[in-house]
Amino acid sequence: MSLEVLAVDDSRTMRDMLNLALSSAGFTTHLAEDGIHGLEVLEGIEPDVIITDINMPRMDGFGFMDAVRSEDKWSRIPILVLTTESADELKSKARAAGATGWIVKPFDPTKLVKALQMVAG
Amino acid sequence: MSDPMAEIRASFFIECEELLESLQDGLNLMDNGDSDSETINVVFRAVHSIKGGAGAFGLDDLVHFAHRFETAMDEVRAGRFVPDTEAIRVFFSCADLLGDLIRAARDGHVIPPEKTSPILDLLDKLVGCEEEEDEEELEFTPAALSFDLGDTAGLPDIPGLPSLEGVPDLAETDLDSDPKLVAAKGFDITFKPETALYTSGNEPLYLLRALRDLGDLEVECLTSQIPALDALDPDLGHLSWKLRIITEEPIESVREVFEFVDGLCTLDITPLATPVDFSAPDDDGPSIADLPNEFNTPTSPSEVPAPDNSAVSTTEPGEPNKEITKESPKQTTAKETPKPASNKASSAPTQPRATVRVDLERIDRLVNLVGELVINQAMLSQSVTEAGIAPNSPVSTGLEEFLQLTRDIQESVMMIRAQPIKSLFQRMGRIVRESSSSVGKEVRLHTAGENTEVDKTVIERLADPLTHMIRNAVDHGLETPEKREAAGKPREGRVTMTAQHRSGRILIEIADDGAGINRERVREKAIEKGLITAEMQLNDADIDGLLFMPGFSTASEISNLSGRGVGMDVVKSSIQSLGGRITITSVEGEGTTFSISLPLTLAVLDGMVVRVGGETLVVPLNAILETLTLTDDDLKALGPETHVVQIRGGFIPLLDLGAELGYRPPQDSYVGGIVLLIGQEDGNRAALAVDAIEDQRQVVIKGLEGSYGRVPGIAAATILGDGQIALILDPTDLVSQASGKTKKRNLPVQLAG
Repeated sequence: MSLEVLAVDDSRTMRDMLNLALSSAGFTTHLAEDGIHGLEVLEGIEPDVIITDINMPRMDGFGFMDAVRSEDKWSRIPILVLTTESADELKSKARAAGATGWIVKPFDPTKLVKALQMVAG
Repeated sequence: MSDPMAEIRASFFIECEELLESLQDGLNLMDNGDSDSETINVVFRAVHSIKGGAGAFGLDDLVHFAHRFETAMDEVRAGRFVPDTEAIRVFFSCADLLGDLIRAARDGHVIPPEKTSPILDLLDKLVGCEEEEDEEELEFTPAALSFDLGDTAGLPDIPGLPSLEGVPDLAETDLDSDPKLVAAKGFDITFKPETALYTSGNEPLYLLRALRDLGDLEVECLTSQIPALDALDPDLGHLSWKLRIITEEPIESVREVFEFVDGLCTLDITPLATPVDFSAPDDDGPSIADLPNEFNTPTSPSEVPAPDNSAVSTTEPGEPNKEITKESPKQTTAKETPKPASNKASSAPTQPRATVRVDLERIDRLVNLVGELVINQAMLSQSVTEAGIAPNSPVSTGLEEFLQLTRDIQESVMMIRAQPIKSLFQRMGRIVRESSSSVGKEVRLHTAGENTEVDKTVIERLADPLTHMIRNAVDHGLETPEKREAAGKPREGRVTMTAQHRSGRILIEIADDGAGINRERVREKAIEKGLITAEMQLNDADIDGLLFMPGFSTASEISNLSGRGVGMDVVKSSIQSLGGRITITSVEGEGTTFSISLPLTLAVLDGMVVRVGGETLVVPLNAILETLTLTDDDLKALGPETHVVQIRGGFIPLLDLGAELGYRPPQDSYVGGIVLLIGQEDGNRAALAVDAIEDQRQVVIKGLEGSYGRVPGIAAATILGDGQIALILDPTDLVSQASGKTKKRNLPVQLAG
């Protein structure tokens, strides 16, 4: 099933790669450069799932998830966190901030797609 | 389609350069005492992003190094380690090495670990985080990505990888036809989501689907916990499931499905005791594979299952509360602007600017074409004038607009090529650090005006001369810490590098607060080397000029830094080849300053077209302070061929341009003649006598050096509107040539020019 995905990451390379992986899987992809940009993009779309980096300028992933979760119309959108550490501490922190799941960077494209389908159908 | 991964890789290396730049900026700020958390975060993030990208491309060396650097920066970020000057020095070295590793990865070179490990060990020792190292190392395994989705052989072998919709050609899970599965293994699973599972955005339906992909799944939905409708709180989870999966997959694959909901549900996975005959599954309920498709969008509130013990899994699994909320519709539709989490963020609304990457060759072509356009426009103007068309005619006014547009286009094109000089300054920071540590001096680099924009080509060609000058400043200019203390100066030497626009040129200064030029020593050395004779009377400027002579070196012992090979003479000629000039000022005991003056662009200049001895010449407008017609009172003769012009109480040497260039002999009288007052970077002035001023216009510079070498006093040539070729003067060079001839005709210093 084709999903509509919003991917938020401050690294251009990471955005490019996410875009390539998601588009190759036939997904519709929207990209944003940080939390604030993510919220702006979110206003105009209805994604099935959001992927977000944690450490970003202006508004980090936690702030972004906070903002998304506090808005009724977005509160149910699954959010996957992109992280380089798979440390449990970070996972619980991410979950507390409203994350649905996580993807460890560098991500394997097939695993990414699988994870997306696990949370968004 | 070209290889998308290759493109991303190329753009990754470009991004790395940007990240390195912000890394340097951040470290500089930290070095200057800024301990703001955002500054540290910028540094951390830069290293972190480099690591992330490098991991994706399987650049193991880079990942390894960045990881350890990042670990150290994380300690700083967490406030567990407060860096001192020494630590920041180590961070700088790490940043430098990180840059090396990036470029090595880009160009396919390898940097041996011997080069990186000492600094990493130093880093670990400083920050004291080596213990966790091994453990974390294991967690972060770089995996080169393959996007060749049409070929599963290229994919890493992931156990339990299910067939994915949207991923073409990933071998369909042919479990049904696999005879091995007749004696299949499997698991019994009980799964009871807690309410938190739903609020985290997880959806049991998708989990069951993912599980289905692992093998043959039997689903039993336990609905006994659902209270009566009047007592039902739709925000709470009431359903649980009993699942049996027949699969060859290991238990880890099953656990992986539940990875995201670990801790958000009661989960029990038990391996099946005996192999189950796949061909005769229990008939308790339909497999989830039979679920109708509409469950993909379980949004209707009416789908909340009624309490029913028949346990058919076709009831909506989960989502008891997706849309039924206790809030009124008004609230749910109310548009609420999400609040940014950090206040800092909202105060910085600067969107990252959109950029396009363009091949430099294309820009160069554009620059050339615009140059041709300027020439053509000039020719057209000339034709219009010659045709006797009135200045207020539509043709003339149209042409006027055309001229303005051409100029605008030209400026815009030049702006494309212009870059802040910052990148160059940052490279010099490294040179200072490396060279000071190799000669055991303490040096701090100060920079100013790093946002001054300079033509990209100029920046590139400045790198070598500036590197050499910085090394010289550290090696020869500054004293050892002991000597400095003895002289009452701070131990730490200071090298200052500034860039600024000044009167249509770019002025770059490199200053040190060292001992200044020891002119006595320079003189001795020059005599020793046979560059001058002992009898020659030289003023300070002449002696300073000796430094630019080929093969000159004042260091008593050759250090491994500046070495021999490249001298200041090479620096001078590189600057000159850019249409620039270099001068020295030095005060003994206080330091030395090298000033480089460069044209803004290498392509065009505003010039004054003059006639001298029947020839047409162009004088760069930015060199001309004013033009005068001489009267008898203005002129003073100092000798048979030497005149000065008196202007507002000052005396300025008069040079006859025609005579200087050999077009005609000196005039008998210059009364009534026209002179251009030339200003030089050093503040000196000179008056150039010309026969007539023709015009003032923009000209396209056409280099002569490729064909003729460097001609003293001549900067380049151009093509005028009528197709005539005219030389472009280098007034400062011309004046220094001329004053050299009159003042000290035999001084070999001129050879260096």
